[in-house]
Amino acid sequence: METAWIIPLFPLASFVLLLVFGKKLKESSAYVGIAMTLLSFVFAVVALVDRLQSPTYKAEAVWLTIGDVQLTAGFEINPLNALMLVVVSLVSFLVHTYSKGYMHGDDRFHIFYAYLGLFTFAMLGLVMSPNLLQTYIFWELVGLGSFLLIGFWFYKEEAKAAAKKAFIMTRIGDVGLLIGMILLFWQVGSLEYDEIFRAVEEGTLSSGMITLTALLIFIGAVGKSGQFPLHSWLPDAMEGPTPVSALIHAATMVAAGVYLVAALFPLFTASETALLTVAVIGAFTAIFAASIGLVQKDIKRVLAYSTVSQLGYMMLALGSAGYVAGVFHLTTHAFFKALLFLAAGSVIHAVATQNIEKMGGLWKKLPLTGPLFLIGTMAISGVPLLSGFFSKDEILLATWASGHTVLFWLAVIAAFFTAFYMFRLFFMVFAGESRSEVKEVKESPAVMTVPMVILGLLAIFAGYMNTPWFGTFLGDWLVEGNAALGPAHVEGPAWIMYVVTAISLAGILLAWLIYGKRSISRDWLTAKVPALYNILYNKYYVDEFYQYTVVKATFFVSRVVRFVEVYIVGGAVFLISGIVKVFSTLGSWMQNGQTQMYGAVAAVGLALLVVIYALTGGYIQW
Amino acid sequence: MTISGYLTLALILFAIGLYGALTKRNIIVVLISIELMLNAVNVNLVAFSKYGIMPSITGQVFAIFGMAIAAAEVAIGIAILIALYRNRATVNIDRINSIKDEF
Repeated sequence: METAWIIPLFPLASFVLLLVFGKKLKESSAYVGIAMTLLSFVFAVVALVDRLQSPTYKAEAVWLTIGDVQLTAGFEINPLNALMLVVVSLVSFLVHTYSKGYMHGDDRFHIFYAYLGLFTFAMLGLVMSPNLLQTYIFWELVGLGSFLLIGFWFYKEEAKAAAKKAFIMTRIGDVGLLIGMILLFWQVGSLEYDEIFRAVEEGTLSSGMITLTALLIFIGAVGKSGQFPLHSWLPDAMEGPTPVSALIHAATMVAAGVYLVAALFPLFTASETALLTVAVIGAFTAIFAASIGLVQKDIKRVLAYSTVSQLGYMMLALGSAGYVAGVFHLTTHAFFKALLFLAAGSVIHAVATQNIEKMGGLWKKLPLTGPLFLIGTMAISGVPLLSGFFSKDEILLATWASGHTVLFWLAVIAAFFTAFYMFRLFFMVFAGESRSEVKEVKESPAVMTVPMVILGLLAIFAGYMNTPWFGTFLGDWLVEGNAALGPAHVEGPAWIMYVVTAISLAGILLAWLIYGKRSISRDWLTAKVPALYNILYNKYYVDEFYQYTVVKATFFVSRVVRFVEVYIVGGAVFLISGIVKVFSTLGSWMQNGQTQMYGAVAAVGLALLVVIYALTGGYIQW
Repeated sequence: MTISGYLTLALILFAIGLYGALTKRNIIVVLISIELMLNAVNVNLVAFSKYGIMPSITGQVFAIFGMAIAAAEVAIGIAILIALYRNRATVNIDRINSIKDEF
C-alpha cells in the first residue's frame, strides 16, 4: 500500500505523454492509454489485496503552513478507497480498450485518449484523498475532465451546450461543497477527514453546525451525482462519445458524489436531518428519473435516466444509514451500467442511430452484444442471482430498517419502473423485426466486445461479494473497526426479497407483453392520458422551468450588472481619464520646445506670484 | 513725483519688449525687443541714480556698462543671426527647431 500513490500517476503520465507525442502516435495513442490504465489497475488490485490483510494505511506530508494551521497532502487506503480504486481503474481500463474500436477513425483520437487519462487521474486522485481540500481539488479536476469529454465533439451545437450545462450545473453544487468545507475548517480548524470525525464524535461541533455542513456538502454531491434538482445535466451529457458516457455514468463523475457522502458518512450520521434529506432526495430522484425513463426514445437517454435513478437508490441507501448497501450498489452499478453503455455503444456503432424506434430485431445480428445487453438489463432490473439483485435488496432492507416506510415503497415502485423501462428498451432494440435503415448490421470488433464480456461476467458475479446467503464479505470488510459506519448487514423481514423479486418480474412481464409479445397495445395508456405521456416525455418540463426562472433571472441580473459596469463604473473611469487627458493635453501643448512659450509661461507665472504677493503682503494664511 | 514718470516709461518699454520677445516670429524683431527691455532697465537705473532714496553716480555707471554690454551683445547676436540665416535661409523662429525631437 505504500506504493499506492503511484496509481493515479499512470493516467496522468498517459495524459502528458499523449499531449506531447499524441500527434505523432495517432491511433497508437490507444496503447499508451491502455497500458497506463492497466498498470493503474494492477497497482490498485495490489493495494486492495494488501488492505484485506493489514489496517488502513495513511501517508501525509505537510504541504502548506498558514499561521498555526498546517495543510497536508497525502493519500489514504481505507476499505472504501481501495474498493473505489479498483472499480475506477478497472472500468477506466476497459473503457480505454473499448474506445480503441469505438473511436477508430476520429481525427482527434489522441486528444480523446489524453482527456480520458486526465479524467481517470482526477477520479483516482479523488478516491484516495485523506482530506477535504485535496478531495475538492480532484473534484474540480473531475468536473474539468467531464467538461472536455462531453464536449469532445464540440462542432456539434448540442455537445457544446451539454458540456457547458454539465460544468455550470455541477458548479452550482460545488459552491455548496466549498461553503461547507470553509465552515468545517472554521469550526474544526482542519480539513482532515479524521479530525472532522473526531470533532463530530467529541461534540466540538454543535449539532446545528453538523447539519448545516452536511447539507452543504450534500449539495455538492447532488450536483455531481445528478440528483434532483440538479439532475438535468446528466441526460444531456449523452452528447459525448458513448465510452465517455460509460465512464461518467459508471465509475467516475457521478460516483464522486456518492463517494463523497460515503467518505463523510460519520458526519452525516451525526445529524438526523441531514440523513433524512439525503434519503428523501435519493428516493425522490429514484422514482422521478425512473418515470421519465419509461417513455424516452433515445437509447442513451433511457440509460442516462436509469443512472440518475440508480444514483438516487444509492443516496437513499446512504440516507437510510445503509453505508454498506450504498457502497455495494455503487460497485455493482459501476459494472452493469458500464456494460450497458458499452453494449449500447456497440448497438449505435452497428445501426448508426440512437433512436430505439429505428432499431429492433438485432438479437440475431449482434450475437455477442445482445446477450451482454440482456445480462446488464437483468442485473439492473434486479433479476435474482445477478449482482443488481443483491445490492438492491440490501438497499431496500436498509430503507425498511430505518423506518422510512414511504421511501421504501417509493423505492419498490421505482424498482418496478426500472425493470419495465429496461426491458422495454431491450425488446425495442433486440426483439421483433428490424426497423433499421442500415441493411448490413455487423457485430463490433473484438477490441470492443472483450471489455463487454469482462463487464458481463462482473455484472453477474460481483454481487456475490455480499449476499445474505453466502456471507457479507464486502460489508464486514468495509465497516470493520469503524463503528460509525453502521452494521455490515441489516436484517429485515424475508418477504422484502420476495416482494421485490415479484415486482421486478412483474415489470419485466409487462414490458414483454407490450413490447415483446405485443398482446397489449403500446399506446393503450398514452392514448387515454396523453397529458401524462407528454409530461414524462418532456422530463416534467424541468429544463423549461429552469429556462424561464433561473436562466431568465440570471440574464436579468447580468443585464443590470452590465448596465452598472458599462455606464456607472465605466463612466466614472472615463471621467477620471478624461480629466487627466485634458490636463495632459494642456501640459503637452505648453511643452512645445519653443523658448518663447517657456518664456511666456515664466513671465505669466512671475506676474501671478507678484499679484499674489501684492494682495497678501507676502504672508499667506491658510 | 517725477520718478514715477520715468518708472512708468521704463515699465511700458519693458512690457513692449517682453511682449515682442515672447510673441514675434521674426528673430530680428525678437532681438530688437530684447534691446528694448535692456534700455528700459537702463532708464530705471538712471532714474534711481538721480531721484532715488539714496542718489549716487553708481546707477549711471551701471547704465553705461549696460549700454556697452548691449552693443557687444547686438554685435554677437547679429553675427549669429547672419550665420544662421546663411545656413537655414529663414528668420522665422518657429522653424529654428532642429534640436527638437520630432514626434
